[in-house]
Amino acid sequence: MANKIPRVPVREQDPAVRATNFEEVCYGYNLEEARLEASRCLNCKKPQCVAHCPVSVKIPDFIAKVLEGDMAAAARIIAQDSLLPAVCGRVCPQEAQCEGSCVLGIKGEPVAIGKLERFVGDWELENGSKEKADIQSNGHKVAVIGSGPSGLACAADLAKLGYEVTVFEALHKLGGVLQYGIPEFRLPKDKVVSREIDKVSRLGVKFERDTIVGRTVTIDDLMDNEGFEAVFIGSGAGLPKFMGIPGENLNGVFSANEFLTRNNLMKAYEEDSDTPCYVGERSVVVGGGNVAMDAVRTAKRLGADAYIVYRRSEQELPARQEEVHHAKEEGINFRMLTNPIEILGNEEGWVTGIRCIRMELGEPDESGRRSPKAVPGSEFEIPCDTVIMSLGTSPNPLLASTTEGLQTTRWGGLIANDEGATTREGVFAGGDAVTGAATVILAMGAGRKAAAAIDEYIRNK
Amino acid sequence: MFKIVEKRLLAPDIWLMNVEAPRVAHSAQPGQFVIVRGPEDGERIPLTVADYDREKGTVSIVIQAVGASTRKIVAIGQGECLADFAGPLGQPSEFIHEDIESLRGKKFLFIAGGVGAAPVYPQVKWLHEHGIQADVIVGARNKDMLIIIDELRKIAGNLYISTDDGSEGFHGNVTALMKDLIDNRGKRYDEVVTIGPMIMMKFVALATKEYGIHTIASLNTLMIDGTGMCGACRVSIGGKMKFACVDGPEFDASLINFDEAMRRQGMYKNKEKIADHRCRIGRDQ
Ligand SMILES: Cc1cc2nc3c(=O)[nH]c(=O)nc-3n(C[C@H](O)[C@H](O)[C@H](O)COP(=O)(O)OP(=O)(O)OC[C@H]3O[C@@H](n4cnc5c(N)ncnc54)[C@H](O)[C@@H]3O)c2cc1C
Ligand code: FES
Repeated sequence: MANKIPRVPVREQDPAVRATNFEEVCYGYNLEEARLEASRCLNCKKPQCVAHCPVSVKIPDFIAKVLEGDMAAAARIIAQDSLLPAVCGRVCPQEAQCEGSCVLGIKGEPVAIGKLERFVGDWELENGSKEKADIQSNGHKVAVIGSGPSGLACAADLAKLGYEVTVFEALHKLGGVLQYGIPEFRLPKDKVVSREIDKVSRLGVKFERDTIVGRTVTIDDLMDNEGFEAVFIGSGAGLPKFMGIPGENLNGVFSANEFLTRNNLMKAYEEDSDTPCYVGERSVVVGGGNVAMDAVRTAKRLGADAYIVYRRSEQELPARQEEVHHAKEEGINFRMLTNPIEILGNEEGWVTGIRCIRMELGEPDESGRRSPKAVPGSEFEIPCDTVIMSLGTSPNPLLASTTEGLQTTRWGGLIANDEGATTREGVFAGGDAVTGAATVILAMGAGRKAAAAIDEYIRNK
Repeated sequence: MFKIVEKRLLAPDIWLMNVEAPRVAHSAQPGQFVIVRGPEDGERIPLTVADYDREKGTVSIVIQAVGASTRKIVAIGQGECLADFAGPLGQPSEFIHEDIESLRGKKFLFIAGGVGAAPVYPQVKWLHEHGIQADVIVGARNKDMLIIIDELRKIAGNLYISTDDGSEGFHGNVTALMKDLIDNRGKRYDEVVTIGPMIMMKFVALATKEYGIHTIASLNTLMIDGTGMCGACRVSIGGKMKFACVDGPEFDASLINFDEAMRRQGMYKNKEKIADHRCRIGRDQ
């Protein structure tokens, strides 16, 4: 029977080697491996994987096409529900979504849905049409703010419907977190991110970089003076948090966003980059999410002895399983149930260490989560040269503060309904700007939903 | 791409560039800054807006070539393009939100050091256009390093010059000149705005505190994005963490922790304690 075949292992760079370079960790499947893995799918009548995919990709259907060797057909099936398969195949938390509910996983290992999706996505980027799409304009203009996954998805869907879409991006490069946040070794920029964006360009979407909406131009300008009938806000959740402990302004303390932006957006790790970056001999990253894993593995690659300090236990680490696994293979030191209380420095104001306290998990609270409590008297120090704070991010208040009628929640998220409509007529929003820091697939899904709502809004106007 | 329509040498290694950036020109206000990248692979460099022309759609910046990245920017010629020119960023100067009548009742003194004369210009000009004549002190190492003097003279109330070597104007630094104006020449000021090297702004702030004059300083911290995303620009204002790029760049000078700001500004200077040669040390700012 098909499910007697063990999950086909994926080829990866040797951990000792990759811990010193920025090339992609995972090589992905080749055609033969992909077809063998595809043969493991049971093609369930009521596929749980589809039910647990945030955008309901028709997983068994595309896998059946992979098995047949018809990649073009597999790509078309995925494209009905997902714009960014080469990205999502690499960064989705599959273990909590599709693969986590695969029936094969009950007794053995689930189908490697993520790796198959990536295979199809890469095939499409390599072999798909590079022609400019021939779409008849419907004469209506829509502005999209932010070029992250939510903005790209919204722009692409609207362009396919004939809208004239302009994406405004604050930074000099497109892609949002895919460009400035997630490192090259996990998500290659030229091979994947740029080519996904080229796909959107070929639909006729225009991009204006270096444009900070709210500063360079306002939403009111765009709607009143430039003829945009609707606006989609996909501005993400980019504001870093700090802990508020003593020593956070010492030299050598960075937010994970700063550290990652220096390396990903500005390529500080490259020999000829003008942008500096300092990591020191030992670097401590505070936090346990994907961002923390990306920061700590970047620090390691820059030559530091790198640590994760996290206040809960390993089970609670919010990062993707694969990232934690890769980080361990690469020799990252994990200090669980540990919380920083002070960053220590020398007379010159440089970091010399981090003072922590041990934590234990208390009784579960109403939400069922066991909250960590400090163990009195258990303080200790970890000597280090840099501390990288990865404590989560929140939405930038700029657009809400410069746009009349745009309301936010108490924590700063834009208020929007299920279709993405905000409290201001003609203005829609989705992705991290609405939900707070979440995932690529949710942001992409929200962008597509909003595109449908914008189309309906303009047609009924 | 943003075209340099005019480029002029103002003083040794100090250039003025007039850049075609219609959207920025349309929105710019005194006190704000832009982020510039010279070549396509260059560093992001924050520079305060030195002037803007809404009709022509141009914005001026003044840039001193002090490190690898600034040298790359000034190497780009008139008629050529800067890769990026993003802005205007940060909060406009506080006074533009104030009631004009109450502004007219106030006596302003601007204290600029070095290239700080450039960002002072649009502020003095804005006040001038609203019927307010502000006094200005411009300080420099020597006479050759003075910039924008003629332009400032046209719009300022009184223009005072100080040079460290006495080659022009008052012999001494800007703080000494300010004290001389107040103590010996009967001048009275309600507001001081200071822009220049941090160490200069620190001493201006200490002096104005003694006189009890409300003082604003513009902080040129390290920055990357300039939109609040990285926190590289964080400073302590009255003991609270603020991001210079979105909460500033102008702050109440009496609340600024200048020592910390200077220390953070020099973070990448002479940093030899690096674990790996690939991790670059900074040469700029
Ligand atoms: C380091 C890191 C690792 C991550 N790893 C994963 C992972 O493995 N898997 C996963 O699913 N998710 C991951 N995430 C989360 C995921 O990247 C985000 O949820 C997703 O990118 C959100 O998409 P978005 O379109 O809402 O916003 P973003 O990707 O944040 O894009 C927003 C864009 O809008 C621009 N912008 C903001 N304000 C303005 C303005 N006023 N004018 C113009 N432009 C503006 C920004 O510059 C940015 O480019 C990670 C995030 C980070 C930071
Ligand atoms: S420059 Fe990045 S937050 Fe201010």
